[in-house]
Amino acid sequence: MQTASAEPPRVVQPRQPLPASSRKSGAGLAWIGRGFLLILAVVVALILARNLLDNPRLFAQIVISGLQLGFVYALIALGYTMVYGIVRLINFAHGDVFMVGSFVSFFAVSRFSLHTWPKVAFPGLSPDLATLIGAVSVIALSMVVCAVLAVVIERVAYKPLRNAPRITALITAIGVSFFLEFFGALNFVFSPRFIPYQRPFDVYAYYIGGGGIGMVAPDNPAPPDSITFSSIFVIIVIASILMQVLLQWLVRRTKMGKAMRASAVDKPTTRLMGVNVDRIISFTFAIGAAFAGLAGVLFAIAYPSIHTQLGILPGLKAFVAAVLGGIGSIPGALVGALIMGQAESLTAGYISTPMRDAVAFTILIIVLLVRPTGIFGEPEREKA
Amino acid sequence: MELGFLLGSVVKIVAVLGWLYGLLQVMAHASRWVKIIGIIAAFGVIQIAFTLKIGDQSILNDFDAGLLFQACTMAMVALGLNLIYGFNGQFSLGQWGFYGLGAYAAAYVTYKWANDRTSSALFVLLIGVILAGATILVLRRFLSRYYNVPVLSAFTLYLLGCVAAAAVAVVAGNAIASVIDPLFGAKDAPGLLSGDLALQIVFVLAVLCAGVFAAEVSFLFGLPVLSLGSDYFGIATLGFSIVINTLMVNSDTILPFPEMKGGRGMIGIPKLTTWFWVFIFLMLVIVVMRNLIHSSAGRAILSVREDETAAKAMGIDVASNKLLTFVIGSLFAGLGGGIYAHYIGFLSPGTFSFLAGFNPLIVVVFGGLGSMTGTLAASFGWMFFLEGLLRVLLGQMGTEAPTWRFVLYPIALLLLMLLRPQGLLGKTEWGFLRAPAVKPRAPASPPPDARATPAAAAPAAK
Repeated sequence: MQTASAEPPRVVQPRQPLPASSRKSGAGLAWIGRGFLLILAVVVALILARNLLDNPRLFAQIVISGLQLGFVYALIALGYTMVYGIVRLINFAHGDVFMVGSFVSFFAVSRFSLHTWPKVAFPGLSPDLATLIGAVSVIALSMVVCAVLAVVIERVAYKPLRNAPRITALITAIGVSFFLEFFGALNFVFSPRFIPYQRPFDVYAYYIGGGGIGMVAPDNPAPPDSITFSSIFVIIVIASILMQVLLQWLVRRTKMGKAMRASAVDKPTTRLMGVNVDRIISFTFAIGAAFAGLAGVLFAIAYPSIHTQLGILPGLKAFVAAVLGGIGSIPGALVGALIMGQAESLTAGYISTPMRDAVAFTILIIVLLVRPTGIFGEPEREKA
Repeated sequence: MELGFLLGSVVKIVAVLGWLYGLLQVMAHASRWVKIIGIIAAFGVIQIAFTLKIGDQSILNDFDAGLLFQACTMAMVALGLNLIYGFNGQFSLGQWGFYGLGAYAAAYVTYKWANDRTSSALFVLLIGVILAGATILVLRRFLSRYYNVPVLSAFTLYLLGCVAAAAVAVVAGNAIASVIDPLFGAKDAPGLLSGDLALQIVFVLAVLCAGVFAAEVSFLFGLPVLSLGSDYFGIATLGFSIVINTLMVNSDTILPFPEMKGGRGMIGIPKLTTWFWVFIFLMLVIVVMRNLIHSSAGRAILSVREDETAAKAMGIDVASNKLLTFVIGSLFAGLGGGIYAHYIGFLSPGTFSFLAGFNPLIVVVFGGLGSMTGTLAASFGWMFFLEGLLRVLLGQMGTEAPTWRFVLYPIALLLLMLLRPQGLLGKTEWGFLRAPAVKPRAPASPPPDARATPAAAAPAAK
């Protein structure tokens, strides 16, 4: 700009920063932030300890409901962590796939009575076995539908943007999420109402303590000093742990898993090794969505009222859980989800019910500031 | 009626966009007098269209006025978001939260003034934003003596400072208010502060304070969050919107503001927004934004978007540039919120739900990232086309129509992302918003582009 030769040289007066020697290292100030966090942690610990001593039974009850939430979040978080690990995309639509899972099971059960097919086909079957097969087939249907849906989403919306800036894909993901929510809210799809969910099997409550274990029934109420839990809690815990183990085996022991891990590290090189990376990515989406479908069914059975915006907050919290555990790490997703579940139910129980969502995001911010890679995460470079 | 309404709407959209184009062209004119007269004319045309009656109907009826006001607030919010996301590359979903924050803060001040006849809210907010701003500046000066300050420590210091400032403001504001309040006079003998002029002044102060308040909150929030990666920042800001919305729903239980009435919505806000104030604030936002973008700071902001590492190597303070854009963008959102609250007269948390928070993002993406013209045109077009025309047309087609709108938005968004990711207008800028040509220091050589230079050189001299 200052090319005019007739111009006398202009003396540029830069803003004088303080001489470097007089600027001290800010490392000495680190205690302020640490002290702040420490005080925060002590306050939280004090509140929890006081409540634990006040009413240990209530505390245990809250922890159980937190575990139930946590294991559902763990199932959803697997999809986030795997997809993020491979394509570096926050798959916003994942929470809505979870919602679709619960709606598919709703239609299978309420409209088509799919859960009763073993009873109809084999009348001689024992009722328990028939219920088990019926429920498993409902869940399997949800998982398959969700997997197909996720693959379609990936092919239509994300694949053309594979080389676009990351944020472009993120906006697309938000668009897909919106589309699923509001398309589902149309009357001929799922309708915008809260729908009471009909369970494919009955849920019973049990008590433990206060003189052994027993089933809660109208003629057998839980003793006053016992802790109650429901059968769906046990099912969620078992299913979630089973899926974690299955996924761990899939990723660590099979050829597909090896290809997935390779794609996560370096796609071009993996391609050179003769791996069809696009197929691997689709497979990853399908697996994650299948888990989300399972989570959707279990969530709907545990909290039997569904609507089309059901998936937003569980989806976001599961994402926070995945970040907390270290995104890309499968055990991390479980640990992060359990922490999130506890944080949510303890906040709802002891601090303030509406603020439980706030706590989730506060945890996200603190974790990213203190340990940006999460608990189990490995340091990684940000790809543009 | 359908066809007439359709044609009328199309004419209005074209007219508004033409008005915007003319305004921006006039503002780029070399002569100061043309500029002033042109701006006044642009203001007057709309004002006349509101007031002038043909038969028993004015050219722009109340519905159109509402659309226009909402389009202007949306333009402010979306310009702020475009500054953060389009020009600085920080993907924020929290803009709607700051918008709501500004709306509620401004509405509370005038509500207390007009309904409870007390100035306490005004003085608490006024003193609060001034003190908090001063505290932030002093602490910034203090922290500039160190290098590599941990973000958490800096955040803790700012937070403590702002909490202290807020505490002082509550005490001092209430003390001043108790002295001033007798000036309101009794109900039958209104005092000095009960007049319309005082209310107008309070309205402007409230909107300004609400903007600064949103900016200060964004400073506190942005300081730790902007140091996260790009998409983590998006999620954290989305979380901010959700938290703000939760607080709004519980404003009468968790927060001590019974006047906000929580989820039932705040009613009784005086409707003070007139076309005059909307125009003034919109002009303010446009001028500030344009001058910022085409300044040295603006080039630093752009360089951060293009390549953070290279920007750092050129000696640009990446962290404070991100913070600067985030704060200014939120300031715009807060101003827009204040204007909106006093137009609509009723605030409900549903308006500020995080799903609605994607609206400014859609506007910015449609208009084109990093294009001020695109954002302005998209705000007006979006409001008039989708909110006005489509809502009325679809509204006659059944109860499901509002849902269909939200089915069509994402499809349009997807198609746009896939087919034209740079937005509808790309990088086009109209008149005033174009980068001013650099004024040659010595008339050694004639400017190469004689057509563009005289028009654009004058703003550079400012």
